[in-house]
Amino acid sequence: MKNTSRFVPALYILFLLLPIYWLVNMSFKTTNEILGSFTLWPQEFTFENYITIFTDPTWYMGYVNSLAYVSINTALSVAVALPAAYAFSRYRFLGDKHLFFWLLTNRMAPPAVFALPFFQLYSAVGLFDTYWAVALAHTLFNIPLAVWILEGFMSGVPKELDETAYVDGYSFPRFFIKIFIPTIAAGIGVAAFFCFMFSWVELLLAKTLTAVDAKPIAATMTRTASTSGYELGLLAAAGTLTIIPGAFVIYFVRNYIARGFALGRV
Amino acid sequence: MTLELINVSKRVGVEQHIYPTDLKLEPGGINILLGTTLSGKTTLMQMMAGLDPLTTGSLQFNGQDVTKTPVQKRNVSMVYQQFINYPNFNVFENIASPLRVAGVAEDEIKRRVGEMAELMKLSPMLNRRPTELSGGQQQRTAMARALVKDADLVLLDEPLANLDFKLREELRDELPRLFADRNCVVVYATTEPVEALLFGGHTATLHEGCVTQFGPTGEVYRNPKDLISAEVFSEPPINHANVIKAGQTITLENGVSWTAEGIATGLADGAYILGLRPHHVMPQQSGKQPVEVSGEVLVTELSGSESVIHFTVGDRTWVSQSHGIHPVEVGAHETLHADVSEAFYFDGSGNRITG
Repeated sequence: MKNTSRFVPALYILFLLLPIYWLVNMSFKTTNEILGSFTLWPQEFTFENYITIFTDPTWYMGYVNSLAYVSINTALSVAVALPAAYAFSRYRFLGDKHLFFWLLTNRMAPPAVFALPFFQLYSAVGLFDTYWAVALAHTLFNIPLAVWILEGFMSGVPKELDETAYVDGYSFPRFFIKIFIPTIAAGIGVAAFFCFMFSWVELLLAKTLTAVDAKPIAATMTRTASTSGYELGLLAAAGTLTIIPGAFVIYFVRNYIARGFALGRV
Repeated sequence: MTLELINVSKRVGVEQHIYPTDLKLEPGGINILLGTTLSGKTTLMQMMAGLDPLTTGSLQFNGQDVTKTPVQKRNVSMVYQQFINYPNFNVFENIASPLRVAGVAEDEIKRRVGEMAELMKLSPMLNRRPTELSGGQQQRTAMARALVKDADLVLLDEPLANLDFKLREELRDELPRLFADRNCVVVYATTEPVEALLFGGHTATLHEGCVTQFGPTGEVYRNPKDLISAEVFSEPPINHANVIKAGQTITLENGVSWTAEGIATGLADGAYILGLRPHHVMPQQSGKQPVEVSGEVLVTELSGSESVIHFTVGDRTWVSQSHGIHPVEVGAHETLHADVSEAFYFDGSGNRITG
């Protein structure tokens, strides 16, 4: 009995980790080894793939570009969502519930639907192939999500806290910045995490709205062949590096996400 | 220093939350808002504080109209039933926050917060976060913050309701002392008639958004203006029954009758509603004019020093509350003694007839 209770989760974790292991495994192999034979671990262990990525601007600029528009997008989405979520959680106004639901419907369409209008629009106004193009396009999906998450956290704060602050003499902006934002810091962390993750993994819009200057890493990575033929080892190394920021962010917000789930909002 | 409410009312959509109300609240003694949950105590307090705009009427403080003055400029403080503190500040900063906003000098803040913490027995936990404190300490912190700034108007919205019994008793004893030497208007909302009686001062009874009576607490308790005020200010609930007076004989709806004495002699013949507080219905004969009422015992609550017996009188349930333990069987037919000399008489629309 005790053995099965360990065996089953162990098997599951193994199953989950297998593709990641295989990716990391490949990233330390040469392309020849990957294509030539089936090996459980690198026979000719090499850092060559990583060295290429960190020295070749066409590779490492992909990371810089991705991080740039992801950061802009996350900051923008959370900054815009904060006052919106506050309004939804604290005030009753005509059509508030419908509007709140309608926000979410934006997320129901696949990003592909918006690729063409964004492409045409950004080309016309000269935003095409900039960080802002992708960052703004992603806010379409991230602001509603951030509003939804933040509203949950804000509604968990009794409105008496606001009133106590006013009674104590706080003006609204001072209360919001000095008391309210620190109080819902966990929620802001969770919202920022989801914005980051969406923007980080979203490929289609990022690829369509950029060409050279703002090309994201995912776009660089998905060109499977180059002039030197297949570079599977290089792609695997790039993939491994792409996982790291996500893992890093998840590590910091892991405790708060549980709270977000408890509020039924994530 | 007085707070005056003139024709104040609150309406949200089609719902009337507070009916037009006139109140004049004075410092010295606690002003109590007594009413059940949803009777409008909190709404009324928020309107007094300026957190909730008035639909009609005006608020005057010391003869000055403050109806439109924003809450930040009013020098009020408020304590809620939930323990509301700033979770990101430690206890010291929580208490100091109104002073910081007001721009009080640093050493002055230290001194006043120190004094207040001493008074509220919070000195050892000044560096802790509110969430690390017990419920009683959290509420003391909230109270310390309300008191530290010398507000002109202190609003306490059931501050003891969420505390356990021991702490509630303790803070209940401390409260009147805290305000004894302050020149401010104190308003205290509660659902418990006992608290109102303990604090004295003035009491306003609230029922469904209506202030039914306002006056010195003892006066309101002894001389309820109408049936509703008597009901609000009675725990366990006041007993009532229909009575008919003919000549000098008063007959209860279950057929029991007695000869009118005292106040009842002045009543004209006709139908009335009789109200009698539970502690005037006793298992043994006592009081000036005991009348036997009997019925089936439904529930008995025997606490250490008190017996509460619920029994039927005709179609109604009456409650008897008496000192000492009076064991009676549930389901038994018991005879109790109602001291009708203490009864209130109300007319058909609930107004009290004082003869």
